[in-house]
Amino acid sequence: MSRQQILSPLPGTFYRRPNPTSEPYVTEGDPVTADQTICLIEIMKQFNEVKAGVNGKLVEFLVANEDAVMAGQPIAIVEIE
Amino acid sequence: MHSNAFDKLLIANRGEIAVRIIRAARDLGIRTVAIYSEADRDALHTWLADEALCIGPPPAGKSYLNPDAIIAAAKQSGAQAIHPGYGFLAESAEFAKKCAEAGLIFVGPLAESIASMGDKALARRTAELAGVSTVPGTPQPIRDVEDARAWADEIGYPVMIKAAGGGGGRGIRVAQNRDELEQALPIAQYEAQAAFGNKAVYLEKFIPHARHVEVQILGDGRQCIHLFERECSIQRKRQKVVEEALSPCIDDEQRSQITLAAVRLANAVAYRGAGTLEFLVDPETKAFYFIEMNTRIQVEHPVTELVCGVDLVQEQIRVAAGASLRLRQEDVRPQGWAIECRINAENPSQNFMPHPGQVQRLRLPGGPWVRVDTALYEGYTIPPFYDSLIAKVIVWGETREEAIRRMRRALYELHIEGVSTTKSMLEQLFVNPCFASGQYHTNFLERWLDAEYRQA
Repeated sequence: MSRQQILSPLPGTFYRRPNPTSEPYVTEGDPVTADQTICLIEIMKQFNEVKAGVNGKLVEFLVANEDAVMAGQPIAIVEIE
Repeated sequence: MHSNAFDKLLIANRGEIAVRIIRAARDLGIRTVAIYSEADRDALHTWLADEALCIGPPPAGKSYLNPDAIIAAAKQSGAQAIHPGYGFLAESAEFAKKCAEAGLIFVGPLAESIASMGDKALARRTAELAGVSTVPGTPQPIRDVEDARAWADEIGYPVMIKAAGGGGGRGIRVAQNRDELEQALPIAQYEAQAAFGNKAVYLEKFIPHARHVEVQILGDGRQCIHLFERECSIQRKRQKVVEEALSPCIDDEQRSQITLAAVRLANAVAYRGAGTLEFLVDPETKAFYFIEMNTRIQVEHPVTELVCGVDLVQEQIRVAAGASLRLRQEDVRPQGWAIECRINAENPSQNFMPHPGQVQRLRLPGGPWVRVDTALYEGYTIPPFYDSLIAKVIVWGETREEAIRRMRRALYELHIEGVSTTKSMLEQLFVNPCFASGQYHTNFLERWLDAEYRQA
């Protein structure tokens, strides 16, 4: 088992859910697939989905919902089986 | 002076519009307070204002959209009035109300006017009562196919099927005739349910080649005047890209009708402040239909300023302070032609992907009849959290042709290094014959981008 960080591809605002009234894309501890959306990054009013990129278990988000992120900043940790 | 007069104004905004408002206030001898998020510590508006206060973290929801933090900043600085600019809280009736409750003057209409014009159904009814036509459509959601057929016959084809939960151009289908309507209706309802969680759809008359024309209004709560119209049909994804004053597509007869209708509607709500009434114009029939009212200063206000010789932001501040309009309708005489280009930090060759970052080199256009409204400076880092609009290049000419040539000159002079911008796309647009003819409609830009535009 190894752990991998997911990096934000863009600078902007980090969102755990598709809109304020929805459930989060992923709950910490849930399994994720490589093509699964785990969060949104808003850059200049455009919303971009971020995929997990690997199969595994999403252990932890490293950023709080609606916080600012930089490009390349680690946003989550996935445990790969 | 007037009972509401104030000598210190807080600007609840950022970017070029904050700079624009600070300049108007300084011209009036009013002291200014800037607010900024943690991402905007080095933003130009914080330097140009007399004072600047940090109101929260970078995401707008925690700073520029936080009414309590803004009102607290006003109280702390001793500002007696708040100018909301455009976007953010500019059309929040709730914010206007909170300002009033805190004893602060909101530079804009009364909270009730914002609320009543912000409600589309209510605004439509107000327009109809004032004798201003709206786009023909069904007042309630469509029940079934028979209902749809009956309404479409009354409205006349082509018709649009619009999702009640949609907006910004999403959830729309067009039917040219009865057959298409019967086929499209169940699909539209299904899509509406899937996309917006609500299967309700309306029918509305579809106007092919429609143009977007808007009328500038100023009111003092007792009387309103208009400052003629702006043409805003050059759009991408329903966002305006280029605006002109006046409109090249309407004649004097239509001009006097549309401006009279706008004044009638603004008077019907005893409007106070600067406002804009948006219309769709059918170039075939020359009919025009009221769509909505924006109860704020708009991005494209400078083109009106240049042809009418009026500082709209100053007038907005004066009436907020309780003054009567200084201008009479007959004082407003448009002269020449003005065009504005919006320069966005976006990459046209990557589907207009936003591109914030540091401005490494900057050369702004100048010379006769060129105005640049921007908050850029060399070395400034454009943050990723806010709008991609970074500069407005505005030119004036005696004729439209002269204004177009002058815009080519201004765009040629503009040089921004470090971030991608829409400049090159605009340069190509300003040599396009269809644009030059003035005979374009709201779909023109997107079609041109798809078919002909090539990134240099």
